[in-house]
Amino acid sequence: MAFIKEFGSWLPERVVTSQEAGSWVGADSTWVVNVSGIEERRFAVEEDTVADLAARAGRDCLERAGVAPGDLGMVMVASGSAERSFPGPACVAAQKMGAAGVPAVDLPMASAGSLFGLSMAARLTAQIGPILVIGAEKMSRIVAREPQERGVAVLFGDGAGACLITAEKGRAEIVDSVLGTDGSYSEDLTLENGMPIKMNGRSVILQASRKIPAAIRSLLDRYKIQPPDVLAFLMHQANQNLIDKVANTLGVPSAKFFSNIRKYGNTSSASMLIAACEWSQDNDFEPGLPVVFAAFGAGFNWGALLVRGV
Amino acid sequence: MDRRSKLIEILKTVTKQETLPEPGDSLFDSGLLDSFALPDLVSALEQEFSIQIPDTDLNPRKFDSIERIEEYLDSRN
Repeated sequence: MAFIKEFGSWLPERVVTSQEAGSWVGADSTWVVNVSGIEERRFAVEEDTVADLAARAGRDCLERAGVAPGDLGMVMVASGSAERSFPGPACVAAQKMGAAGVPAVDLPMASAGSLFGLSMAARLTAQIGPILVIGAEKMSRIVAREPQERGVAVLFGDGAGACLITAEKGRAEIVDSVLGTDGSYSEDLTLENGMPIKMNGRSVILQASRKIPAAIRSLLDRYKIQPPDVLAFLMHQANQNLIDKVANTLGVPSAKFFSNIRKYGNTSSASMLIAACEWSQDNDFEPGLPVVFAAFGAGFNWGALLVRGV
Repeated sequence: MDRRSKLIEILKTVTKQETLPEPGDSLFDSGLLDSFALPDLVSALEQEFSIQIPDTDLNPRKFDSIERIEEYLDSRN
């Protein structure tokens, strides 16, 4: 068995409004909000690295959980915005947290990396001990690259989220997950070294709006759970319109899908764990009630993960 | 109702617009379809024509005009 012990997060102080972000690409803030639901995002300072952000979120999670860094069995860091090909941010983040010596694994997967990390950690934790899964992104460095595309530059923000998975009883039991990967449309969302993000938004939205609900339905069907019976959906915060569309497809009110994209924008692989951390500060996992995590990202990679409160 | 007429009705319903571009014109470039209306169009096509469109066929270009949608539907027959 595997449990969610605790969440953590870290967000930069600097708030970048949609008015400011829109000005980079000749768009007004009303347009930005209409196409994305994003009113603000946070940008880290120049000197901060993905590893810095990851370490801060990881430390926050461990402090909340009361677990020492040296007691971890593994650290996983998901990021699509790492500054270099190798070494990835995991080893530096672990060292900065005081977990040098603990195996640290990079998941270079934009947007869906944290979900894949949770799923893998759930399968490993009984054998290797507590696993700290972190999603960390510094997208501000990337969206600044020229040429800035109107439909891309305004979407992203910086931040990091974390989740501690243990074999010992925690806040929620991880029941099962569905993961998928299909490289057929891999060129529709790419980030080449030193280049701006290339995104075929139509393809991304079309695939995401089909694959996310299908993954959630497939997972819930295994346990004869109807979507309206889910306590909350904690989904990758890509775009408010996508979140609403997934909710509509599943026949549940959008209010069941926790959303903080208005404040932080799309923080890629960090967003789902930042959202989960924020949700869990104001809400409890209720005993026996299902909560569903879901994500979709470049690759394409996608999936859903089911937990139940304990 | 023939297939073209059904298609036009679907597009009007999905986009909530009464005026459609010429059959060969881009539904995206004309401003009729956007990224978030496209999934609704695909779902409506599946329902109306009793087909299951696999994810591997979900290339937006296949649904970029009335004529292209008809070509796609032809390929499924």
